[in-house]
Amino acid sequence: MQAHPKLKISHLQKSFANGRSPVKVLDDINLEVGDNEFVSLVGASGCGKSTLLSIIAGLQDHEQGEMLVDGSPINGPGRDRGVVFQSYTLLPWLTALQNVEFALRETGHEAKDITEVARRHLDLVKLSRFADSFPSQLSGGMKQRVAIARALSYRPKMLLMDEPFGALDALTRGQMQELLMQIWQEHRLTVIFVTHDVEEAVYLSDRIFVMGLNPGRIKECIEVSSARPRPTGIQHDRETLELQARVLKSIREETRRVEFD
Amino acid sequence: MTLQTDTAVPKQTMQRPRRKPLLSMAAEISGAAYLLIAICAFLLFIAGWFLATGLGVAKPIFLPSPLGVIAKLGKLAADGTLASDVGNSVYRIMVGFLIASIMALATAILIGAYRFWEAAIEPFLDFVRYMPVVAFVPLTILWSGTGDIQKFLIIWIGTYFQQALMFKDNIKRVPADFIGFGRTLGMSDLRVLMRIVLPSAMPQIWDTLRISLGWAWTWVTLAELVAANSGLGYRITVAQRYLQTDMAIGYILVLGVLGLATDQIMRLLGRHFFKYERKS
Ligand SMILES: Nc1ncnc2c1ncn2[C@@H]1O[C@H](COP(=O)(O)OP(=O)(O)OP(=O)(O)O)[C@@H](O)[C@H]1O
Ligand SMILES: [Mg+2]
Repeated sequence: MQAHPKLKISHLQKSFANGRSPVKVLDDINLEVGDNEFVSLVGASGCGKSTLLSIIAGLQDHEQGEMLVDGSPINGPGRDRGVVFQSYTLLPWLTALQNVEFALRETGHEAKDITEVARRHLDLVKLSRFADSFPSQLSGGMKQRVAIARALSYRPKMLLMDEPFGALDALTRGQMQELLMQIWQEHRLTVIFVTHDVEEAVYLSDRIFVMGLNPGRIKECIEVSSARPRPTGIQHDRETLELQARVLKSIREETRRVEFD
Repeated sequence: MTLQTDTAVPKQTMQRPRRKPLLSMAAEISGAAYLLIAICAFLLFIAGWFLATGLGVAKPIFLPSPLGVIAKLGKLAADGTLASDVGNSVYRIMVGFLIASIMALATAILIGAYRFWEAAIEPFLDFVRYMPVVAFVPLTILWSGTGDIQKFLIIWIGTYFQQALMFKDNIKRVPADFIGFGRTLGMSDLRVLMRIVLPSAMPQIWDTLRISLGWAWTWVTLAELVAANSGLGYRITVAQRYLQTDMAIGYILVLGVLGLATDQIMRLLGRHFFKYERKS
């Protein structure tokens, strides 16, 4: 790893109060993410992926452990970490353009540049034509594209994405993945990407963290070494398929272990 | 040729979906048919009324004929009584309802956003909410006489407590991720509240306003029935005292029409304000 990771988490622990007894959801999480790296978190449902992401975002607190961004501890959410949520979070009373402008305004951008910058980012996700549409008039994929444009617009150093394409059909999801790849390469972003989809994780990531279940922890880190930019058909290469199988097996071992407990 | 007829035939059969019987649960009705049925129901009601009075089933002193009621209303409209009564009642509703709504919204924000204030205020609101408004009428007269203030008070008691709890519910339904989004932008709690939570709850808040405005009509009439010297409710008690059944019925109809009209105005305004919710 690099000398100065973008994000460093050590011995992080998180429990939820479940009735009277607390239930440990995340146990001794240690991970480092380098600058401009693309990492995925995968794991069985309920292993704590969303919880971990929202702790990194600063939206939830934790009991133990340390979290450093660029070497300084974080507490609470901040403009250095943009989030794309799984649920659609476009504000319904604002148009696509106004949604991006909202983020820019609230993060203190100069008023005269806001519309310009917002337009440029809608352009980036190929939605200029829908600048004046309200979210209710956009498809799920278009809403997530606006959400990505919005999260990128104020230039966070890190982009945290929680199954952003989970609700999309396979075709749209493929297009979104390519778009995200392209943006990530152009903008030197650090991305932490939560997904259920092993194929997606292998296609997008530099490294994949497989999470264990009960309690959630980092079970394994799998490196994806295929060169970038990755061609579209790469998902079906033998090497890629083998890697996918390996990730899937790692996740399965974990669910099986829990079942036989 | 053959190809053309081939494609034309199934098309024609496709275009005529089988009509479901009008009274089946799945039957769809066009807008015009809906209106027609609704108007028929009203006409049926009026016809029944004509019949009952025409056949002498009910004495005019208990149930005057529709024409008699209309004539009476016409006379009251001509001499300005109706307008001044409507004006008085509308004024009372506007003031009472506005005060209640503003206070209720402020309360709802407080108890919706801060657990401390929720614990401090909500159980108390729940408690008062179950006290019948009518039971407060004597007290309010004792406190504030029989003037407008007492009417405001009754409207306020009747709407504030319910509204505060319903507004709170509207606010609580704002998706947690909307709030999370605001926080990741570095917005303060207050800013998230004013710029995300409130606008996002606004369509539901508007619905609550619309429902509670309907109740306000009941409360103002109640207050005027018990003690007043003007207003629609007051005129109905006068009618009773002088056995002017036509006036009482006429005023009740006026109340119905006013209620319906305000509700429709609220609905249309809501449709206008929250256009963004609709597709296309
Ligand atoms: N607010 C909460 N209170 C109590 N328990 C919670 C809360 N949020 C999450 N949990 C529990 O924590 C565990 C991890 O939840 P989390 O949502 O992080 O899982 P996940 O890995 O994102 O699952 P999925 O893949 O289904 O989205 C689950 O067992 C869940 O029941
Ligand atoms: Mg999740």
